[in-house]
Amino acid sequence: MHSIRSRGGAAVNGRRAVITGLGVVAPGGVGTKAFWQAITSGRTATRLITAFDAAAFRSRIAAEVDFDPAAAELSHREIRRLDRAAQFALVATRETLSDSGLELSRLDPARVGVSIGTAVGCTCKLEAEYLVLSDTGREWLVDHSYTSPHLHDYYMPGSMAAEIAWEVNAQGPVTAVSAGCTSGLDALGHAVDLIREGTVDVMVAGGTEAPISPITVACFDAIKATSPSTDDAAHAMRPFDRTRTGFVLGEGAAVLLVEAEEHARARDARIYAEITGFASRSNAYHMTGLRPDGTELAAAVTAALDESKLPPDAIDYVNAHGTATKQNDRHETAALKKALGEHAYRIPVSSIKSMIGHSLGAIGSIEIAACALAIDQGIVPPTANLTEPDPELDLDYVPLEAREQHLGAVLSVGSGFGGFQSAMVLARPRSRAA
Amino acid sequence: MTTAVVTGIGIAAPNGLGTDNFWAATLRGQSGIDTLRRFDVSGYPSRLGGEIDGFDPADHLPGRLIPQTDRMTQIALAASDWALADAGVAAETYDTTQMGVATAGASGGLEYGQRELDTLWTAGPQHVSVYMSFAWFYAVNTGQISIRHGLRGPAGVVVSDQAGGLDAVGQARRNIRKGARLIVSGGMDSSFCPYGWVSRISAGTLSRSDDPSSAYLPFDVRAQGHVPGEGGAILVVEDAQAARARGARAYGEVAGYGATFDAAARHGGGRGLRRAVEAALADAGAAAADIGVVFADGSGTPEDDRAEAETITAVFGPGAVPVTVPKTMTGRMNSGGAPTDLACALLALRDGIVPPTINVRTIAPGYDIDLVIGQPRPWRPGAALVMSRGKGGFNSAIVLCPAAQVLSGAPTDEIRDPHRTRLEE
Repeated sequence: MHSIRSRGGAAVNGRRAVITGLGVVAPGGVGTKAFWQAITSGRTATRLITAFDAAAFRSRIAAEVDFDPAAAELSHREIRRLDRAAQFALVATRETLSDSGLELSRLDPARVGVSIGTAVGCTCKLEAEYLVLSDTGREWLVDHSYTSPHLHDYYMPGSMAAEIAWEVNAQGPVTAVSAGCTSGLDALGHAVDLIREGTVDVMVAGGTEAPISPITVACFDAIKATSPSTDDAAHAMRPFDRTRTGFVLGEGAAVLLVEAEEHARARDARIYAEITGFASRSNAYHMTGLRPDGTELAAAVTAALDESKLPPDAIDYVNAHGTATKQNDRHETAALKKALGEHAYRIPVSSIKSMIGHSLGAIGSIEIAACALAIDQGIVPPTANLTEPDPELDLDYVPLEAREQHLGAVLSVGSGFGGFQSAMVLARPRSRAA
Repeated sequence: MTTAVVTGIGIAAPNGLGTDNFWAATLRGQSGIDTLRRFDVSGYPSRLGGEIDGFDPADHLPGRLIPQTDRMTQIALAASDWALADAGVAAETYDTTQMGVATAGASGGLEYGQRELDTLWTAGPQHVSVYMSFAWFYAVNTGQISIRHGLRGPAGVVVSDQAGGLDAVGQARRNIRKGARLIVSGGMDSSFCPYGWVSRISAGTLSRSDDPSSAYLPFDVRAQGHVPGEGGAILVVEDAQAARARGARAYGEVAGYGATFDAAARHGGGRGLRRAVEAALADAGAAAADIGVVFADGSGTPEDDRAEAETITAVFGPGAVPVTVPKTMTGRMNSGGAPTDLACALLALRDGIVPPTINVRTIAPGYDIDLVIGQPRPWRPGAALVMSRGKGGFNSAIVLCPAAQVLSGAPTDEIRDPHRTRLEE
């Protein structure tokens, strides 16, 4: 493979953005270590929904996080006040800070920012509060006397970015990024931009989502995007498989410490990987449909490679969007061939969503955490449940079992409702002498 | 560095649909605030809103789009049409991959969401609309605008409450600096439905007055909160060189941008709003004296007003720069508010006139600001500052300057003249 080659890396103003901390809350395990063990062992976390009674729904499966907020050391107030997605984000933030070894008190808070991706915001709380205010949907003129004092925070999900900023004392740019299912990638891309342009030294960035509520499940039911394979929930999400039936809704968060390389070097931080390039494009085609040729996703990949100053054959692994819908897996395969050419056939391409489901605005960040670990550990996580290859899909999708492999640069892609297409390239950190 | 200019404006505001109607109403001091009519507000503690009248989506959009979209998306699509037409941009103006979208949202298509929540809980999941999955989420306007106009370049959506409208334009400029030729930006919000209304009430900052002429009075001794509005502005932000090459008129340059967050209340440190303003000025290469007018956030709650007045005074000196809040005529339009202020500032640059703040009579003691009250004020166009804040601690600021004017390096004598805005007083 192409492990020993000159690596690229775009430096604007000479500044590079590196990942120095990881915090993950994912189905199958809270915490980065549990997450990595789960996805490298090929274990799936999809199951019948326990969050609510889903008997009336077409898809009754989800990848849920077994999350005990008290065990995760959230305070009683945080548990009462915060939506589940904000709780995930806060727990992931605390982990990433501790993992990074960063001492907040030594930073200039004005040089610290926050960028948090979310697709559907505080849906769980919005729906739960609505049921109270509307008497279970019966009153259009909802009764404000039952209003939670925190309702505005659920209404405007920038509140989740604010929550993280309060936690870490970030006084630089703070925002939520909400570009649907690419939010998690886009939020990190925004962080990289801010570091490179010199606005900040440190970004607490990632994505969070807790969409397993009746309204979100009903949304995906309505368009038949989610898998109805209720009889075998553990194998319901089968990306790139001939028998694939759609995605399984997931939840979780990943919050990463993204830092200017010089800042990280100065404090002798452990560097997992450099984020060398990012690009987003629109397909300008359809809110939920994809053009089969994958032109815009390919364009995003090419732009991310250009920004990375890397040729297509520098990529050693692709973390796929891999949502196991008929159209996505075709679209994505076409896009990878278009952007990487023949090289696409020579490298592993896997979808960890097969194990942890599709957590909308969080998954892009969770996948970047996986990519950083893949580089760091030299392991490619597999695509679970891929037992019957689809003759139309002819790349190496790493079925069932993880592989050990030295990785120099990896690509992660995302695609979502609204036509959003995003791509991010990570590379092994430069050796200190470089 | 690449320069980003605004070449197209599309406004949909409670006091006027379309730039000309809006600007004429704004200069007349005509308000769009009244008792909300979209639903029965009589049972709620706050009853006034800035509602857009006379917007029939069927006049602007193909029939098939209407059942797929929330009102705020319908308005955003119409405004994007107006903005691109104003800029003289057609599908073939640039390669479609060099044109993108960056909008701000705050609450998504919540009116649509409330309707479908009702459907789900009263009729069952199989009755939820097939469009619900993309009609409610916060990315919808960017997605729909990109599809409507075939914009296949970078796409983005930011959510930072009221400040988001400026953050989106900051994002647009960033993408132009990275190589895009044109980004459709701005923000649009509505959620004038009971659930959206109650959500806003829960923030505790809505005025409870029933008098449209005294409900929203930023910087006034009688300030008692704000009135929400619906709508906003869509702006075409373009690479200046490319715009010049195609002979486009530029309203002004997005010369400086700064965004900060207030976490100081928990952790100590200085106020974020001032840092945002100073960052935007520094980014523009402008001195405080270069700024000829300030479009204030104008929260309308005494504590925030004081903080903003103190910031203005600290940066510019007591009463040193005209300050205005045209939002007094529209209400606060969430992510649509600040883009509308940017549009106002650009029109003020074009016409040499600063729009007024209406209804305010007596500025609260201790606020040393020169608020443009009641009547528009002529000025010699220079640079303008737009400030915006969002609930939770978001602060953003943008410096606009006339397109031909270069602030960085050596400001001209004219720009340095601190009295230029008072010449016609």
